[in-house]
Amino acid sequence: MVTNEVLCSVLVSYDDTSHFKMVGVAIPLVVVTLFWLIIGAGVPWAIPKGPNRGVIQTMIVTTAVCCYVFWLVATLSQLNPLIGPQLKNTVIKYIKWSETEK
Amino acid sequence: MGSLFRSEEMTLAQLFLQSEAAYACVSELGELGLVQFRDLNPDVNAFQRKFVNEVRRCDEMERKLRFLEKEIRKAGIPIVDTGENPDAPPPREMIDLEATFEKLENEMKEVNTNQEALKRNFLELTELKHILRKTQSFFEEAEFHHQMQDPALAEESHALLLGDEERGGQPMRLGFVAGVINRERLPTFERMLWRACRGNVFLRQTEIETPLEDPVTGDQVHKCVFIIFFQGDQLKSRVKKICEGFRATLYPCPETPAERREMAIGVMTRIEDLQTVLNQTQDHRHRVLVSAAKNIRVWFIKARKIKAIYHTLNLFNLDVTQKCLIAECWCPVADLERIQLALRRGTEHSGSSVPSILNRMTTKQAPPTYHKTNKFTSAFQAIVDSYGVASYCEVNPAPFTIITFPFLFAVMFGDAGHGLIMALFGLWMVWREKQLMNQRKDDGTWAIFFGGRYIILLMGAFSIYTGFIYNDFFSKSLNIFGSSWSMANISDEDIEKYDMIELDPNVTSIYKPRSPYPFGLDPIWNMAENKITFLNSFKMKMSVILGVLQMSFGICLSLSNYRFFKDPVSSVSVFIPQLLFLLCIFGYMVAIIFYKWIAYDASISYKAPSLLITMINMFLFKFPESQDDYLYSGQKGFQIFLVLLAVACVPCMLFIKPYFAWRAHKSGKRTFGTVQMQVNGAAEDTAVIMDQDEGEMPPPPPEGVSGHKEEEEFDIGELLIYQAIHTIEFCLGCISHTASYLRLWALSLAHAQLSEVLWSMVLHIGLGFQGWVGAVVTTLVFPAFAVLTIAILLVMEGLSAFLHALRLHWVEFQSKFYKGEGHQFVPFSFEALMEDHN
Repeated sequence: MVTNEVLCSVLVSYDDTSHFKMVGVAIPLVVVTLFWLIIGAGVPWAIPKGPNRGVIQTMIVTTAVCCYVFWLVATLSQLNPLIGPQLKNTVIKYIKWSETEK
Repeated sequence: MGSLFRSEEMTLAQLFLQSEAAYACVSELGELGLVQFRDLNPDVNAFQRKFVNEVRRCDEMERKLRFLEKEIRKAGIPIVDTGENPDAPPPREMIDLEATFEKLENEMKEVNTNQEALKRNFLELTELKHILRKTQSFFEEAEFHHQMQDPALAEESHALLLGDEERGGQPMRLGFVAGVINRERLPTFERMLWRACRGNVFLRQTEIETPLEDPVTGDQVHKCVFIIFFQGDQLKSRVKKICEGFRATLYPCPETPAERREMAIGVMTRIEDLQTVLNQTQDHRHRVLVSAAKNIRVWFIKARKIKAIYHTLNLFNLDVTQKCLIAECWCPVADLERIQLALRRGTEHSGSSVPSILNRMTTKQAPPTYHKTNKFTSAFQAIVDSYGVASYCEVNPAPFTIITFPFLFAVMFGDAGHGLIMALFGLWMVWREKQLMNQRKDDGTWAIFFGGRYIILLMGAFSIYTGFIYNDFFSKSLNIFGSSWSMANISDEDIEKYDMIELDPNVTSIYKPRSPYPFGLDPIWNMAENKITFLNSFKMKMSVILGVLQMSFGICLSLSNYRFFKDPVSSVSVFIPQLLFLLCIFGYMVAIIFYKWIAYDASISYKAPSLLITMINMFLFKFPESQDDYLYSGQKGFQIFLVLLAVACVPCMLFIKPYFAWRAHKSGKRTFGTVQMQVNGAAEDTAVIMDQDEGEMPPPPPEGVSGHKEEEEFDIGELLIYQAIHTIEFCLGCISHTASYLRLWALSLAHAQLSEVLWSMVLHIGLGFQGWVGAVVTTLVFPAFAVLTIAILLVMEGLSAFLHALRLHWVEFQSKFYKGEGHQFVPFSFEALMEDHN
């Protein structure tokens, strides 16, 4: 059925010059690393003095480490995929149509 | 770091309290809630303690209060909760309170008895009224009936009805009894009468429409009026006995209608009078209860506080001079000032001139563990304490657990939509904290969820994050940044020819090299048939990476412990080999996971070696022949080095520590630190505390020796066995715990699959219909989807992931550094006491 595949809500954004958006790994890697670095190493210094300072600092650093590692693993595992997705021909047809539409 | 990282420094203190001031001081300390008293009279029976009489009196007071409370609740009067927290009254006020309670109790008892008697009277009169009314119809009926049938009989029954004594030789003389019986008992009653009197009695009965109130229980009972006609005295006595047995109440019923009418009028007047009296009694009782209800909560608090104070006073020792009480208590060093102030306040209140004295003592006993928590951290501390309370001054895993526990939960839960619902639920509970705190205290399940509101909020928040990374929103993926896989160059003939096409990442037009989806999993995988193959590889490796990270962190925390307890031998001989062992094997595995991800791509995927086989071969010292099958150059040498290093760590863990202990014992030095019992006596008039003139507090004894006497025997064999067990536990544990972390993969797979099933089997079918039918079906299907989502995916899976995250923390993480052999600091606190009672 038509609704079957379309419902997976593929919103594709386009680059004018190519069929699909190409972002290398460098930009996300740098941006995300910097983001969590600032949070993990920078924000703890800004926590005001009080009885809970230590706990809040621990929380922030732990969050930064956990979230960054998780994102890193997800990105690196897809960096050089050894297998590709196995798709039904109907799915490929629709995606190809949506890619070449604009 | 704040005190959450380790236990607060605790000290044993000795209090010298003047006998008059003792009560007031203990009251102040109870309000403060910072000291834990030790029982100085453990051998003394509860009945032989000094203040047993006072405790008994308090018990009596509480009993009276409970009686009053029951009466108030029975009358349906609301108990006013002003939120007031009165102080414990001084002992002389206790007598006043006792008198008040006694008076109230007696009054209530009297009123209750009177009311009961009045009600019984009322009941009797009502029943009599009904009897008089109903039997009128019986007699009329009987007269009519007899007149119709037998004039002779009619005459005599006429005579009977007229109450004419002279019958003049009539052989039949019918006697009768009238009474009232419960409606349920009537059929059996009838049958019994028939059998016992061989059918020679005649019973008429009729129901009383309005139910009557039983004076004792207050229930409404339905009753019937009956009248039994019989002849002769024998039958009369038999009938009376049967009535007694069935608890039917008999009433004297006059025979003539005139007498009956008179009686009825009299009864009516009496009933009216009684009703008035009853109403007034009821009003009076209500007034008494209302006035009591205003104060009862305050009285309860006061009574409980007094009792608690006397219980505590019973723990104290009486000085030789009988003039002052000696108490021993544990208290945090940081709060000694506040305790001093409380003691001073108490002494002033009691009007005693002699100040109370607090002395610090040193002891070999292990102090209780005290973590200062607030409403946010207390939930996580409770999770850690459930496994075991931290030994005194060892590292507390709670501040790390605040984040790692919800994070591991989220890794297993991993759905942004479900996470959002959970986070909103947690947010609602946190936002409405104050209102919800007082509601529904009795409901146990709700109390559990409400107590963990911060945990639920964090779990939900992290689940949203991991849901975005897994790209799973109610089992659907979002394509925010544009998929990295392109179909543009797949030819149309191929699409027509093949049912299923597997995209080759080696082809640049399909997947541009090194351009993964920037945040999380690519949405294309949601539609792929081989999605699980890819996800399995990703999630398993992720689980192992997280596991090794958490375990290494745990080992590093153990170093923090060794350094705090000044145990350099352990720092070198236990920490370093343990860390090396873990990192050489599993740290190396994590490293080659990362390496393989980066170094191998689709173009050389055919020769990418399996990591698992690599690890196995590493231990078997088997190496591939061709150069191609190596991950990197120099792998052979490096791996051999790592294996040998790891193996070399094992005897280090086994032998170094016992060797040093044996050597130290031999040379006569005691490396485990000396502790002596010191009691600073000497009360001074103005001195309040013996300050730290003995210098710094010696560091708390390391865990191995706490609680033991100085060891004279030194058993090297025991130490070796102990060390061996720990080494084996650690080494085998490394392997099994690393594998145990794979549950992160397993549960997230299960959750994703369940979510997908709910979509495809429930909501998808509902949304598949068109037009009006579709609208109706969707309206029916969505609630089913919602209920199943909440019941299965949120509650069941949530509890499951909670449990497994808990297990990972308790076993895999904490076994690396946590002893958990301490006991909790339970201060004497009125606040805690009141909460317990509520």
